[in-house]
Amino acid sequence: MLSRVANTFYWMVRYVERADNLARLIDVNQQLLLDSESLDSERLRGFWRPIILSTGDEEVFHSLYDDAESGEVIHFLTDDERNPNSIKSCIGLARENARTVRDQLSDELWEELNSLYLWARSAEATRLLVADPAEYYQRIRRSAVTFLGVAASTTLRNEAWEFMGMGRHLERADKTTRFLDVSSYLPDATEGEENAGPLHWSAILRSCGALGSFRASHREINDNNVVDFLVFSGEFPRSVRYCIEKLDVSLHRISGNPRGTFSNDAERETGRLLADLNFGSSADAFEVGLHGFLDSLQDRFNTIGEAIFDTYVLLPERIDVCPADESPSPSAIALWQMQQQQQQ
Amino acid sequence: MFKGYDPGKFYDEMFSADGSVRTQCDPLLDRFSELDEEDFLMRKSNSELYFLRQGITFNVYHDEQGTERIFPFDPVPRVMPSHEWQELEAGLTQRIMALNLFLHDIYHDQQILKDEVIPRFFVENAKHYRPEFRGVDVPGDIYIHICGSDLIRGADGQYFVLEDNGRCPSGASYLLENRNALKRAFPKIFKDMGVRSVDSYPRDLVNMLRHISPYREGEPTCVLLTPGCYNSAYFEHCYLAREMGIDIVEGRDLVVVDNFVYMRTTHGLKRVDVIYRRIDDDFIDPVVFRKDSVLGVPGLMNAYKAGNVGLANAVGTGVADDKVIYYFVPRMIEYYLGQKPILPNVPTYLASEEKDLKFILKNLPELVVKAANESGGYGMLMGPSASKEEIEEFRERIIADPRNYIAQPVISLSRSPTWCDGAMEGRHIDLRPYIIYGSDIKIVPGGLTRVALTKDSLVVNSSQGGGSKDTWVLRD
Repeated sequence: MLSRVANTFYWMVRYVERADNLARLIDVNQQLLLDSESLDSERLRGFWRPIILSTGDEEVFHSLYDDAESGEVIHFLTDDERNPNSIKSCIGLARENARTVRDQLSDELWEELNSLYLWARSAEATRLLVADPAEYYQRIRRSAVTFLGVAASTTLRNEAWEFMGMGRHLERADKTTRFLDVSSYLPDATEGEENAGPLHWSAILRSCGALGSFRASHREINDNNVVDFLVFSGEFPRSVRYCIEKLDVSLHRISGNPRGTFSNDAERETGRLLADLNFGSSADAFEVGLHGFLDSLQDRFNTIGEAIFDTYVLLPERIDVCPADESPSPSAIALWQMQQQQQQ
Repeated sequence: MFKGYDPGKFYDEMFSADGSVRTQCDPLLDRFSELDEEDFLMRKSNSELYFLRQGITFNVYHDEQGTERIFPFDPVPRVMPSHEWQELEAGLTQRIMALNLFLHDIYHDQQILKDEVIPRFFVENAKHYRPEFRGVDVPGDIYIHICGSDLIRGADGQYFVLEDNGRCPSGASYLLENRNALKRAFPKIFKDMGVRSVDSYPRDLVNMLRHISPYREGEPTCVLLTPGCYNSAYFEHCYLAREMGIDIVEGRDLVVVDNFVYMRTTHGLKRVDVIYRRIDDDFIDPVVFRKDSVLGVPGLMNAYKAGNVGLANAVGTGVADDKVIYYFVPRMIEYYLGQKPILPNVPTYLASEEKDLKFILKNLPELVVKAANESGGYGMLMGPSASKEEIEEFRERIIADPRNYIAQPVISLSRSPTWCDGAMEGRHIDLRPYIIYGSDIKIVPGGLTRVALTKDSLVVNSSQGGGSKDTWVLRD
């Protein structure tokens, strides 16, 4: 398939997954906030900071807002279009990517994403976010899940499917580590109060949709068990190991190379990480410290993402055999005008 | 629904001058009369929702909200009896054959110029004439593979060809989607009327593309070349590519190596045999045409000249869209085919002819003046509705550059009942059929009926407040 199209599929799904996870992340924080005693504004800032950090937009946030009260942060993360990683922006970007490959999507798949997009921009959505935020996030999550369900039942199992799968699993693995990382920042949770632990762990499990399946396999909610489950489980579909396993399968289906070997950097990095996860346990995480462990996982996800891009998008684009005469690169406006002029 | 409908002094597609219903519309009118307004409006808004959900929208630019609007669609179809369509079909077939022979001729021996049927000056000064492509052979000697010739109807119902669009005519996806929407909204009416299907269009299109592949062996790789996802026809590009089952590519996806065209895939380069391009000549290859184009493919023209890739439409067809060349199409039909034209042109005056120029300048307030190479309703003077200043401005423009202006009498386009804010009213319409020229000539029954939604307006272009309707050609 075309490299550009492969990249578009990958990002379309990544953005849907990102919107879904962000909705979950905000939800877990709001739940935790309900359980915490009233916090002063400084501690409140400390409370929301990891989430803003997790979307990588701290600078943008501070350039737009003076305060980091819950209301501002929620608006910033949810429906502020000035934030390129807000839920609303992610839905817009997913839909823009989908529009580009509209010819290769089933009608149902396109309609699901387009309906979500239209809804997120509607007055009804704005009202709901104020009146019943839980319902708002629920709606986003439901639609994201429906999108994936429709994709699974209407998409050919071809390369496009594998690129979609890679986008989904890499984003999901990353966000699962962000959920866990929330615990590293909780005010007071780690110092002193013993019983604060299970409370925030269960909130984190719930927002991953993992509480039920966790209870079925573990008796006690504690840090070791939760990390074992969300990072090292081979069966829970949001665990890091599960996602990286799927990523590894997709990479090898695309290249046709047998698993356990590699033909490019993306396969090599993924294989290495998968081996660490297959043979590791929560003890490894707590040995280096959970926060540092999660940080290094996130770095490795980024390396893998870049390697996928290099292998399948950048390399084919670098082939440039018939050089055009040197000309200044046109402005965005000139490009737009050119695109517009092409019709009768 | 039709109570108090006034056909006016125009040719109305549904009612005769005496107010009686035209035979072909009888069953339609019966069915519509059974609907109450509420039911009708519900079906109308369901269709609109369908368009919105499907993303059949265009962006309103310079609007910060990035509002998307649907292309206005009127649910009252235009109905055409079978015999009427057969005549149009014959006329359009004749016309595209003549246009193709003309293009082949001017890019080869130029016999028609030597015989002085068309003054050489007009062809050589046509804005889209490409002298650098003289002597280049194209697959099957076909130049215009897809043609959208606009047809209008005068006060007595006579059809005229208003203009030919032989470069990248758009709108076929609306024709297909209008049909889908109307089938959903009025399934029973549709079934009972015996309407000819339009489903064959994408198949005819891809068969034509395969036909012009330079290679006879194996399955050719055909692609649709789009200017990009911000082009307002991008929906159509995606729609057609999907219906045809071919890849949609941007210029940056293609690369030319040793005069062959390839696309950049996840598994390296893959050769491309045929390109259905929706980019104008000017932008298609920055090495040959506009240097600043980032939409095109450097080196594509070399591959094309070497006969290694098929292009639909061919390069240089724009000369036939020139409104001065249009004037000569009836003569081409007689010259190349030895036939009388079946479909007449609108009477046209050439500003570069001294006698015509005098007439034009004297009668500006009664005429429509058009620049020879503009489209989309731009570069046009509607004499009767223009202000004094506009008329004077055009007078100066015509005198300064007579080669590039023509004038025509105002044809008061036929009207069709259209739902306008709570009532049926007559609105002016035209018709754009889509003609495909491959191994043979195929015309999908009917075409896109465009409606000027503004009261009394004669301009049907979507950029100027136009909408569209489904066109129902009935079986025998």
